[in-house]
Amino acid sequence: MSPLPIGEIDMSTAPILDIQGLSVEIPTDAGTLKAVRGISLSLNRGETLGIVGESGSGKSMTALALMNLLTPSARRTADCINFDGKDLTHVSEKELASKVRGQRISMIFQEPMTSLNPVYSIGRQLTETMTLHRPVSRAEAEKRAIYLLEKVGLPDPASRLKQYPHELSGGQRQRIMIAMALMNEPELLIADEPTTALDVTIQAQILYLLQDLQKELGMSMILITHDLGVVSRSADKIAVMYAGDIVETGTAVEVLTNPQHPYTRGLMECVPGYRGDEAHRLGSIPGIVPSMTGTITGCAFASRCPRAVDACKTDIPPTKQLGPGRTYVCHDPESTRDQSAREQQSHVNRAPFDPGKAKGESVLTVDNATYTFLVRRGMFGKRKPLKALGNVSLDIRKGEVLALVGESGCGKTTLSRIIMGLKQPDSGSVRLGEHEISTLPAGQRARMIQPIFQDPYSSLNPRKTIGDIIGRPLVVNRIGSSKEQLAKVHNIMEHVGLPRRVFNSYPDQLSGGQRQRAAIGRALIMDPEIVICDEPTSALDVSVQSQILNLLLDLRDELDLTYLFVTHDLSVVQHMADRVAVMYLGEIVECGDRRQVLSHPKHPYTRALLDSALSISPELKVPAPRLAGDFPNPINRPSGCSFHPRCPIAEQQCKEQVPQAEIIDTTFVKCWKAETSQHQVKHQ
Amino acid sequence: MATRDVVGDVTIAAVETPPNEEELGLGLSPSKAALKRARTHRGLKIGFGILLVMAVFAIFAPWLAPYDPYLQNLPMRMLPPVWMEGGSWEYLLGTDHLGRDYLSRLIHGARISMFIGIGAASIGAIIGVTLGLIAGYYGGWIDQGVNFLVTCQLAVPSLLLIMALVFVIGQSVTVVIFVIGATHWVFYLLVVRSATLRLRELDFVAAAQAMGCSKFKIAVREVLPNLSNQIMVIFTLEVAVAILSEATLSFLGLGIPSPLPSWGLMIAEGKAAMFFQPWLVILPGLALFVLVIAINLLGDGVRDVTVTHRRN
Repeated sequence: MSPLPIGEIDMSTAPILDIQGLSVEIPTDAGTLKAVRGISLSLNRGETLGIVGESGSGKSMTALALMNLLTPSARRTADCINFDGKDLTHVSEKELASKVRGQRISMIFQEPMTSLNPVYSIGRQLTETMTLHRPVSRAEAEKRAIYLLEKVGLPDPASRLKQYPHELSGGQRQRIMIAMALMNEPELLIADEPTTALDVTIQAQILYLLQDLQKELGMSMILITHDLGVVSRSADKIAVMYAGDIVETGTAVEVLTNPQHPYTRGLMECVPGYRGDEAHRLGSIPGIVPSMTGTITGCAFASRCPRAVDACKTDIPPTKQLGPGRTYVCHDPESTRDQSAREQQSHVNRAPFDPGKAKGESVLTVDNATYTFLVRRGMFGKRKPLKALGNVSLDIRKGEVLALVGESGCGKTTLSRIIMGLKQPDSGSVRLGEHEISTLPAGQRARMIQPIFQDPYSSLNPRKTIGDIIGRPLVVNRIGSSKEQLAKVHNIMEHVGLPRRVFNSYPDQLSGGQRQRAAIGRALIMDPEIVICDEPTSALDVSVQSQILNLLLDLRDELDLTYLFVTHDLSVVQHMADRVAVMYLGEIVECGDRRQVLSHPKHPYTRALLDSALSISPELKVPAPRLAGDFPNPINRPSGCSFHPRCPIAEQQCKEQVPQAEIIDTTFVKCWKAETSQHQVKHQ
Repeated sequence: MATRDVVGDVTIAAVETPPNEEELGLGLSPSKAALKRARTHRGLKIGFGILLVMAVFAIFAPWLAPYDPYLQNLPMRMLPPVWMEGGSWEYLLGTDHLGRDYLSRLIHGARISMFIGIGAASIGAIIGVTLGLIAGYYGGWIDQGVNFLVTCQLAVPSLLLIMALVFVIGQSVTVVIFVIGATHWVFYLLVVRSATLRLRELDFVAAAQAMGCSKFKIAVREVLPNLSNQIMVIFTLEVAVAILSEATLSFLGLGIPSPLPSWGLMIAEGKAAMFFQPWLVILPGLALFVLVIAINLLGDGVRDVTVTHRRN
């Protein structure tokens, strides 16, 4: 960053990567998309640079441009991309492929499920990266592969080489991707959202692993993520990207403890739990990332900025230097300097809510529900039982937000479908007030329970207009005349913050946040008592997530709703929930008051989940994972307590006997060691 | 309603304007918006225009055709069209091997060919889409049953089946349409079934269940509209296939009874003289080609017009 006189450059302190003026343009039908707009970055040896931004900010494009892996139609221009003193813009594609990519710079992609080739064995894919360009024998490469598989924490590495990707879980595949990236001892590792598709406990394992390996091998790393918690724990330096530009840089501690750019501040305010444990309104960034086609006059963030003044809309903002490597790009208008702080303050005061308000009678009771899938391999194969739910009991009380937490595959979705009455439990019952839910006619059930799904891209029928979609429950159940239905749709659209003009739009034409608002509108139009939110924000950007969470809480107060909030994100739980139920492998292992459960977890699994949740704390590193291994396959359920193979405090008893449910200080817990583990917490 | 106090959330609405509001027809009702787009869609207009002209010729064939299509004039047989050497203005497109006016036969043939092509493709669509939707949506033993039916259909040579059916039922245009339709539904079924299998797992189906829709309603009102593109594509292909398989049948003497003019039959009859009088095959072939192109254009246009995509 700060230019040194030529003679003083020392190889060990010279940045390994120095990018100046990198731009990426992609021609599209609607005009030229300027994905990256002349950014400059530098990275020292052994350092981790976190690139943070919402979707569409150009962070992945930057990485791909660096590796020259952009789509063929894209145009890359740069003053220089110096990698270890060599300008990659002047290196031929052939040399890049054989000498740099996968050799000196490696990359890990987001989706471990699709980034391994399903028809080749793990061993072949691992050794290929090495034998392809280097004079090493296959045996040598295999030795290295086994060494690395052991390093990334896969048990029995030698036999893994013969396995195929489909035999491994997502977390295991991502470990293999990491091993593959490290085969040639790269000097720079680019990790593009390496843990976004993974569960929290696995995320913590992978991040810890990367942190460990980096230290050991002295690699430099670029970590691209949207998750401020992840970046705060893993990165030394941070670059915040917005609309293809870097708006703020600095060390992780500087940027995250004293953010200067209003966008960085806004992003942090959006993160649940950033302002501490107590429930308050989340901050939000209004609007969406502007269209990346055409030129942006003035500051790209001006239309969404709480501090914007006239100059922001017309003049290109200056880059302000606060120290070496500490910059931000903003007019930073004097007149509105206190604005954002005041704005946030008023947000807190404006709509306070009381999480302990709900103490009513239970509106829905699940009693000893079990559900078993029969999984069949092939047409004539034997059916194998897969126990998705085992003896789940749960009650939801009027007006509360009950969070159902667990990793993927734990049975959350099955349970929520049973509660909605879409699946019948094999045994046990689900009662809605006085009625057994399976005996209710569909229409009546629909008026009491409605769902909101995770992915607003699949929960809205792409062939129907928004107005049709929201009004459909009324039409199906013949509620009111068509005029009344129309009035109701407009009314609910206003409630959920959808502009009237999208009434006749198709879902494709809406942003993710707007679609989720439409899904919420459809769920609420029949005035249900209970809304089942199945990960309603995990497909959305943080700034949109905070808008949706705020909206859900507002609507609860306005319409007297009860939520069952299915999620894997503990910071969202902390923000939203009154009570928490933690699920593991089809069973509820702990259930109780939110504060009680989150501050004094009694089950070791809850504690592990809490440890894995990464809050924004740049002073801290990724903690050593508490949980060993992977989420087990529910077909082969472990004996005794199903958690014992991963449990850090398991004893012989846990392997043999199924733990009994007990109540400790109003918290329901299923663990042989609950009492002792609680003592441990107290001693810590 | 109480005005809500969420400044940020309201602003979002104002900012999130898709860039070309006019083109996307935001705010208009879907049917009006579709009409508006239809008026500016060139492919749709061309396809629709060609089909309209062909339909007019087909309907008013007796008045538009210069000659009786059955009238034989053996001395004038095998005349080339007017622009070729030996052609005459009397017979614009020449005559066939029996001296019948080719233009009149083409015009009358449009009637039968369009009828057979569209009719048979529609019957196939009804069978295939219904079975595919049922199999894909309900799954289980129903799916296995339908799959067994497909295997049977694919295992029995369809020509043999058609021959058997025609022999049993008798020979007429209606029978030909039904028989061709009843043997050309497998494509629809395979495509619809696999698309339904994918669609039924999506959350909007679960949402429809949660709002109390019956299975039938979900299949027809939620899933089926999402299949229209695929069905349209297969339909346009099957129209051509149906017309050609009518030609095959006619060639074997099982299709349209001989003096009746149809494009397929004309191609079949012209095949013998293809080397020396190529127009006998080229002209009906060209007519068929234009018909299929028009249906394709129309199908693509309808798709573009009924569904809007965010194009940026």
